[in-house]
Amino acid sequence: MCAGCGAPVAVRAILRALEPEDQVVCGAATGCLEVSTFLYPFTAWKDSFIHSAFENVGATISGAEAAYAAWNRKGKTTGNYKFIAFGGDGGTYDIGIQSLSGAMERGHDMVYVCYDNEAYMNTGIQRSSSTPKYADTTTSPQGTAVPGKQQYKKDLTQVMAAHNIPYVAQTTLTQNFKDIHEKSEKAIYKKGPAFLNVLAPCPRGWRYDTPDLMLICKLAMDTCIWPIFEVEDGVWKLNYKPKKKLPVEDYLKRQGRFKHLFNKENEHLIEELQRDVDKKWDDLLRRCGEA
Amino acid sequence: MAIRERLSGNEAMAVAMRQINPDVVAAFPITPSTEIPQYFSQFVSNGEVDTEFVAVESEHSAMSACIGAAAAGARAMTATSANGLALMWEMLYIAASSRLPITMSCVNRALSGPINIHNDHSDSMGARDSGWIQLYSENNQEAYDNLLQALRIGEHEDVMLPVMVCQDGFITSHAVENIELLEDDKVKGFVGEYEPDHYMMNPKEPIGVGPLDLPAYYFEHKRQQAEAIKRSKKVIMDVAKEYEKLTGRSYGYFEEYKLNDAEIAIVIINSTAGTAKTVVDKLRDNGIKAGLLKIRVFRPFPAEEITAALKNVKAIAVMDKAESFSAVGGPLFTEIKAALYGVADGINIINYIYGLGGRDVRSDDIELVYNALLEIQKTGKTGETYRYVGVRE
Ligand SMILES: Cc1ncc(C[n+]2csc(CCOP(=O)(O)OP(=O)(O)O)c2C)c(N)n1
Repeated sequence: MCAGCGAPVAVRAILRALEPEDQVVCGAATGCLEVSTFLYPFTAWKDSFIHSAFENVGATISGAEAAYAAWNRKGKTTGNYKFIAFGGDGGTYDIGIQSLSGAMERGHDMVYVCYDNEAYMNTGIQRSSSTPKYADTTTSPQGTAVPGKQQYKKDLTQVMAAHNIPYVAQTTLTQNFKDIHEKSEKAIYKKGPAFLNVLAPCPRGWRYDTPDLMLICKLAMDTCIWPIFEVEDGVWKLNYKPKKKLPVEDYLKRQGRFKHLFNKENEHLIEELQRDVDKKWDDLLRRCGEA
Repeated sequence: MAIRERLSGNEAMAVAMRQINPDVVAAFPITPSTEIPQYFSQFVSNGEVDTEFVAVESEHSAMSACIGAAAAGARAMTATSANGLALMWEMLYIAASSRLPITMSCVNRALSGPINIHNDHSDSMGARDSGWIQLYSENNQEAYDNLLQALRIGEHEDVMLPVMVCQDGFITSHAVENIELLEDDKVKGFVGEYEPDHYMMNPKEPIGVGPLDLPAYYFEHKRQQAEAIKRSKKVIMDVAKEYEKLTGRSYGYFEEYKLNDAEIAIVIINSTAGTAKTVVDKLRDNGIKAGLLKIRVFRPFPAEEITAALKNVKAIAVMDKAESFSAVGGPLFTEIKAALYGVADGINIINYIYGLGGRDVRSDDIELVYNALLEIQKTGKTGETYRYVGVRE
């Protein structure tokens, strides 16, 4: 994968939470992660792995988990198996949302991980419903009449929380991976379906300096653009509250996809984004009993 | 002793699935196959099977879940019709290319649009190039027998391909008929356990399924897949022989009905063969040498064997219960014509599209076809080859 990409870092961090004696079947939706980790005749995966299509990793892994359940009933299993599905935001927020929703609703004992890089990167940085407002992508290009994507990012983590599954969490790659590690452990070992939404920056799509990967993640947290929280058995908990909430500019200005917002005539757009972040953050604080 | 029962085609499929006791069944309701997952989930709720029944949210997910389950090492089954099969389309190809022997009951229904719930073969004919083995069934008994054999064919190490067993929606799926079932233990013995060489839930040998496969290898993989379906031809016959020993019921690539000395014949698929056989009998009573060839195996297409069976016939009508919109005829017609070409030339061959969207096909309609063949035999003139029967022009 590209230098400075968040996706493989996220995958490694999550799989590190697996107990060494346990087995895992991983799956991935079509996307950057899949095509660059499993190119015949090579594989980067040490555990069993399946890719079948773009929109169905939720269903595919749910089928593998169902096989495990049947084998347990028949006394055929060898090993303690866990099931983890990975999908990009395109494969999760958009084309795969039905398959994801179905798998979570049915209660399979599996984890679904969205590595959210906020666009369809594999096909060349097209907008998704996860792309933030005003970001410049190849299908929401900023032009003389339209300053990038016109819609706000879909709040998928809330959508998944509304499924009332045992565990839903949002995280990213910071704090020495403590947060993502703990959340992965819970997601993997808590019985039933779990959903992890991991902000995973993309240097090509977001246009930041590749060594800035971790900094971008940190700024997403500290500007409260990407709050770090979990919903465990229906209880909302904020896992990170910045000591000093930074202005959204600090996050936006490091990324080429927002460059046009810093033109004089677009200042009000940044103000609009700030108002939106403030409102959503306040809402979240209230939900988590922090306000 | 075999068990004598009275079951509908859908019940027969569900009962076969209960006897098979697969690891995973993932299915989504669609008329006329809905009853199969309904009956089966009752077996699950009554503890009569060990199966994990996955009540998915779509047919796309049904096939995806079957793929995940089969790749994990499980025996996986599903059932669908029409739009459900169409929604699976992407995954049908992936199941076949991943060499996963999933088994499906396809209860044939006209594919939208316009939406219509009744029988024709446009759904499974649309999936004919997906890499699935396709077995067709005239009645409940054949559907049952085909489903039991399907597992053995698909799971054979020389094959490793998915199999769909097709029968006519409503006409056989909902019609209660006499049927002979095998005892549960005999089914168990016949289908055995599914033991793939490589599967994901093998801690000793984790595997990867579904890689990105670029020009350096993709072609070889497709070539291997083509070889596998060629090899399935032998396996289909071997399994049929073994099944015959068990049941006394014999199966081949197709059934020949009074074809031996026939001068005129029709080629047909599924339940209308029953109607056509009564017409053949009637014509025979009048001294007309009529015959019939009923396709059981459409994929792989038994071209050589069909040609050998038809080579002495003077005039043939191929009956298609599906359009292909090629503007030259239905899918079965083009296959049969291609099979005969250069091997059994000079036979007059015509095509009839019939029964689309569940339009009734009566013995009169079939007689009309045989009469047209008699006329062709007499005049030696084929005339228009792309014809319709039972439609208002
Ligand atoms: C049904 C279908 N539609 C479109 C595609 C083409 N396609 C492959 S990957 C992809 C985008 C993936 O985006 P995302 O899920 O965000 O993952 P990323 O590549 O960003 O990691 C698209 C559009 C496909 N493979 N299948």
